[in-house]
Amino acid sequence: MPTSPQTYELSHLEALEAESIHVIREVAAEFERPVLLFSGGKDSVIMLHLAAKAFTPARIPFPVMHVDTGHNFPEVLAFRDSTVEKLGVRLVVASVEESIEKGRVRERPDGIRNPLQTVTLLDAIQDNQFDAVFGGARRDEEKARAKERVFSFRDEFGQWDPKNQRPELWSLYNGRHHKGEHIRVFPLSNWTELDVWQYLAQEQIDLPSIYFAHQREVFRRDNMWYAVSHLTQPREGEEVATLTVRYRTVGDIPVTGAVESTAASYDDVIAETAATRMTERGATRGDDRLSEAAMEDRKREGYF
Amino acid sequence: MELLRFATAGSVDDGKSTLIGRLLYDTKSIFEDQLESIERTSRDRGDEQTNLALLTDGLRAEREQGITIDVAYRYFATPKRKFIIADTPGHIQYTRNMVTGASTANLALILVDARNGLVEQSRRHAFIASLLRVPHLVLCVNKMDLVDYDEEVFNRIKNEFRQFATKLDIGDLTFIPVSALHGDNIVHRSENMPWYDGSSLLHHLEEVHIASDRNLIDARFPVQYVIRPQAQTNHALHDYRGYAGTVAGGVFKPGDDVVVLPSGLQTRIEAIDTARGPVDEAFPPMSVTIRLADDVDVSRGDMICRPHNQPRVTQDVDAMVCWLSQDVELRERSMFAVKQTTRTARAQVRELDYRIDVNTLHRDETADSLSLNEIGRIRLRTTQPLFIDEYRRNRTTGSFLLIDEASGATVGAGMLL
Repeated sequence: MPTSPQTYELSHLEALEAESIHVIREVAAEFERPVLLFSGGKDSVIMLHLAAKAFTPARIPFPVMHVDTGHNFPEVLAFRDSTVEKLGVRLVVASVEESIEKGRVRERPDGIRNPLQTVTLLDAIQDNQFDAVFGGARRDEEKARAKERVFSFRDEFGQWDPKNQRPELWSLYNGRHHKGEHIRVFPLSNWTELDVWQYLAQEQIDLPSIYFAHQREVFRRDNMWYAVSHLTQPREGEEVATLTVRYRTVGDIPVTGAVESTAASYDDVIAETAATRMTERGATRGDDRLSEAAMEDRKREGYF
Repeated sequence: MELLRFATAGSVDDGKSTLIGRLLYDTKSIFEDQLESIERTSRDRGDEQTNLALLTDGLRAEREQGITIDVAYRYFATPKRKFIIADTPGHIQYTRNMVTGASTANLALILVDARNGLVEQSRRHAFIASLLRVPHLVLCVNKMDLVDYDEEVFNRIKNEFRQFATKLDIGDLTFIPVSALHGDNIVHRSENMPWYDGSSLLHHLEEVHIASDRNLIDARFPVQYVIRPQAQTNHALHDYRGYAGTVAGGVFKPGDDVVVLPSGLQTRIEAIDTARGPVDEAFPPMSVTIRLADDVDVSRGDMICRPHNQPRVTQDVDAMVCWLSQDVELRERSMFAVKQTTRTARAQVRELDYRIDVNTLHRDETADSLSLNEIGRIRLRTTQPLFIDEYRRNRTTGSFLLIDEASGATVGAGMLL
């Protein structure tokens, strides 16, 4: 017996990376018009990074798309544009603002645009005839997502039918669909928030600055810290404080809460994530608190 | 840190959700807001205690009906390993979910209630785990607290299962007496069962040796995608031609003599590129890009292997198949699309040899169809040759899907013989 036998083991991050790359290549090989949803959020950043790795030294063979609500953090939009330019991929912007102007959707009384994205997203998928749409959702994020396939079939209305999903076995993915239907693909299904941060650190991947601790004017509402901005103003009785915060998730300004944190580096964030007692969506997303099945209901209609 | 995937199966009320809840809770993988949310729901429904099943039952229909209808994936980690649980519902109509969860599992965990012993479902779960060749099987005898932690009860169930298991093909079998509710032998060894000298469940999950479960002997590389940058301006990349894919078996090294199927052309591996640059060795389940020394014609669906160790090239395949569809049946002469590694072809069912009763293992040779959740042995004739290994030798090159061509639905899961 040799003293140090090669055991041919992969670390958990290498195994997750290999699985994600397998999924991404499978889509590129089997679909005609894939697109990758890229918001500048950490999950989509990793997904894009993996896509670049999957085809290196060639370029990513599909465009990326951002559903722009008009309510995004400016730091994140700037990051989106610089990343896309660096990788040389084409960016398709689907604008909720335009959907409102065209009368496809109506602004809600509360001004929250997060739920309106579904219409904009589905219109853009149809207009561009995309047949596979990569999303960065993870199963550990939310309990409806814990039940979704890696290749998730959507009918001609973009709907998800959770009770009628295709069984998914081994590493064989079935992407069959008719014209007008499409498949949502989630290459990060098996990653957890901690895996994401460990991988970002390992690969030294750039992120929008708001993921790290910074000073910001915030106010307290529904047990969350919201940024003071042109879209979100404190109501009477809601006091403004300047705190050291960071964002655990990046969504629309009006529905995304900051967490108090001094984590300024990857290692700080990893330590914080390992110790946290709140899920990232529970801690930061006002939109998920609507009901027990808020995510499932939105997903059924075609949401991310 | 290594990744271990395990599938859990049990029958109704044997405490599977409690066991998973216990593993998650004791490894600090349940978050406060999740716990609050299920406490609230439990209270609203009038449950006597917090129902940990609500952690995994994520769909509205599941919460309304109080049953699990689909595989749920859960994640937790200890300092030693990261775990992915495929939690599969136990009741009879959802056998297909257990097949799904077991297909990628390193380990299957089957629960039985100490008071009831083995029931029909325990046998079915064990059969499926062996059919899917999950390398490690753990039988947890749960609710030991309700039988006064009696060694005799545990031994009786153990012996009964051992006897049944002789009819199956199970590599590594472990028995653990537990009480999920009280945490006995879940994370720590229980003081209530001094007669038990094995590991706690978590310790077993952390230590069970999985590295040698893969086939590291038969080199198999199904080509998934051809990478050609065709960069006119960059001369270094102008002629780059790489074959991307996931290693399905064996170890590949630069300099290896290889043969490409179906052409049969022989060449040598020039280099192996990965996301992290070139490597000296590639093994399963790495995703890599292989460059070949000669300019041979290779495309998706081709297989790179070693000249003296090749898969079987055939259009006639024998397989065990588990039927997954409610809408379509398998009958002799039915046509389906078949997906195996990166190859897609069409296939006709030439023979249905028998249907197997998953509870008694009795073979019904008069059967003329397979419907949802039924398992049988079939012979297929494919329109194109497939490059296959026996499933028992390689779970990747030995497995396939049958797809209904009209609806596109996945209707069958096959394991090659």
